Amino acid sequence: MSRRRLAILTAAVLAAAPLTACGGSDDPSGGSAKTLTYWASNQGASLEADKQILQPELDRFEQQTGIKVNVEVVPWSDLLNRLLAAATSGQGPDVVNIGNTWSASLQATGAMVEFDDATLAKVGGRDRFVPAALAAAGAPGKPPAAVPLYSLAYALYYNKKAFADAGITTPPTTWEQVAELGRKLTGDGRWGLAVEGANASENAHHAFTFSQQYGGEWFDSAGKPTFDTPQNVAAVKRYVDLMATDKIINPSNAEYAQNQSVSDFANGKAAMLLWQAAGANLKSQNMAADAYGVAPVPFLAAPPAGGRKVNSMVAGINIAVFKHTRNPDAALEFVKFMTSDAEQVTLNKTYGSLPPVTTAASDPAFTAPEQKVLQATLATTAAPLPQVPDESTFETLVGTAIKELFADAASGKPVTEDGVRQKLSKAQQQMR
Amino acid sequence: MAITTVHDATGRDGPPRGGAPQNRPRRPRRSLLPYLLLAPAVVLELAIHVVPMLVGAWMSLLELTQFHIRDWSTAPFVGTENYRMVLDLDSAAGAELLHSFQVTVLYTVCSVGLSWVLGTTAAVLLQRPFRGRGLLRALFLTPYALPVYTAVITWSFLFQRDNGLVNHVLVDQLQLLGDRPFWLIGDNSFVALLIVSVWRSWPFAFLCVMAGLQNIPADLYEAAAMDGAGFWRRFRSVTLPMLRPVNLVLLLVLFLWTFNDFNTPYVLFGGSAPEQADLVSIHIYRSSFKTWDFGSGSAMSVALLLFLLLVTAGYLLLTNRRRNDA
Repeated sequence: MSRRRLAILTAAVLAAAPLTACGGSDDPSGGSAKTLTYWASNQGASLEADKQILQPELDRFEQQTGIKVNVEVVPWSDLLNRLLAAATSGQGPDVVNIGNTWSASLQATGAMVEFDDATLAKVGGRDRFVPAALAAAGAPGKPPAAVPLYSLAYALYYNKKAFADAGITTPPTTWEQVAELGRKLTGDGRWGLAVEGANASENAHHAFTFSQQYGGEWFDSAGKPTFDTPQNVAAVKRYVDLMATDKIINPSNAEYAQNQSVSDFANGKAAMLLWQAAGANLKSQNMAADAYGVAPVPFLAAPPAGGRKVNSMVAGINIAVFKHTRNPDAALEFVKFMTSDAEQVTLNKTYGSLPPVTTAASDPAFTAPEQKVLQATLATTAAPLPQVPDESTFETLVGTAIKELFADAASGKPVTEDGVRQKLSKAQQQMR
Repeated sequence: MAITTVHDATGRDGPPRGGAPQNRPRRPRRSLLPYLLLAPAVVLELAIHVVPMLVGAWMSLLELTQFHIRDWSTAPFVGTENYRMVLDLDSAAGAELLHSFQVTVLYTVCSVGLSWVLGTTAAVLLQRPFRGRGLLRALFLTPYALPVYTAVITWSFLFQRDNGLVNHVLVDQLQLLGDRPFWLIGDNSFVALLIVSVWRSWPFAFLCVMAGLQNIPADLYEAAAMDGAGFWRRFRSVTLPMLRPVNLVLLLVLFLWTFNDFNTPYVLFGGSAPEQADLVSIHIYRSSFKTWDFGSGSAMSVALLLFLLLVTAGYLLLTNRRRNDA
């Protein structure tokens, strides 16, 4: 082989290499003692909107404490990856928002500051937080890896005018009614229900709720996955059947992953929507608050033995501190500020979520019909997603399996029990 | 490089004729300068390519899950366990990897083939000067000049089922199809991915072939024309053989780029590609980043690297031998 060949081969090796060299990105965080980097999750209508909502609050924090906070709003599609990279490299932000369902997964990395009693005391004490919300901030029996920031739950949003036009007076309370009313509402370019079919997390959340209603569990008590039990198969099939057999969902929803379902609902292309605190988002899309109603997520008309009366996960956003922070005290000071009564009322009001802080929950800002439904759901019929280290993997694998099932349903392929079981078994085998 | 420099030095120091070097030292004093000049490149090469590659290979021998990523020293050493898992075709992980590998091979062959045909055709048609040639050349190169993310996101909008331009043209305007097809999910997703890939990489083929064509002496074409060769005959007997060195490298580079392509499927499908378009790069990404199992992800990467090395070495040996035979 000539030298030139050798040179080409060497170049080829290097061209072939990048895949093995996948790595996290570093974040040049400010090194000065009085600066914090904060990654906020996307709660408002856009990243820019969030920045504008948060900046005045951060300015106030700087006035009070002299600590400057640089905020970056990270889209949900990137957040977990970015957190993982930060956990791996020990570089990046000091304070972060995390989806509360990831708490146990991120806790397992050991990268987060543990909120034991002494640490909790620095941000106001354990009693400050709603117990159910704090329970969704880490694995049971361990100090939480975060504290709750915003509380959320799923609700059924329905278009009042569409319901009135179809002669429907009350929102559905069972899935059977959803299917029946949905068929009445479907037609003339409008569909009964909109879903986010290609969004793995959304799919996984619904898979959890349906599974609870069928009496299923996604993990056993030892934390091992139990994806393909008959209850879970029935649960997933019930959800996908809303498109496959009930045909009340536009097949196009199978490719939705960027909140297009909210837009469809706001634009009148769909009459119902299952969402967490959609109000703020709908407002930004020019849907008036009196144009839609909010009802609890439906149940099964005849639940099988073992079925639970659960119609939402305990959803929410937690705020966490990375152990690698150079300013742990300033970071905790910031957490205390964000969970203070004043900030809790301001921010939760803006986002339409509920404060997980007991003293702020009774504020009159949270008595709108939407918030009342969310409050009632959280208080009575919400259950936390399993707080196991593999939770985020469950969301990815099961959520993706459902995405594939929606794709089948959309292209007219039959969705059978066997087909669902195969997909779930395959997902389970990919767990380690 | 270093060798050339030393050789030049010999040429200058020694007598101009080739013989009688005995009365001088066989080699001149080695100068450090060439190595110093090379050092920065070597250091960067090590830091950017070689070391991460070795680290990746090391990762593939560990059970590197979320429990251990923060401190790798705690990750249990599992030897070839990861390889056994991802290469065991009876297991779900192995079967998925094989499927993904097959999809990638098909994708690469189609994409490289089409890109080469399109690029060569355009380059040959634009070989003769005519009015507007510069404009066309610039136009053809646009996809190559656009930032990948912007371009592919635009494609993902075009391919949307309800609001996308592709369906608007095919269904509403030309009425070629009765039902609105899906492009980003299901069977068509492979076609969509291929279209975007070819759109992105054919300008590179065009550019290389165009440069190669500049080096073909016009006399050859004149001589061929005198002999009565038509367009096809000239293309086959003059253009293609003269382009051989260019094509050799072009095809290899296109093959490696396309096989490893991550950006196109990632942006087009948003991280989790449909089964029909589940390229190996995305598959590895999903296996390591989404399920937080970096050990098995690295094992897949290393296996892939070995495969690409084999193909490359085989390709070079084969083309080399054919050239020597000729």
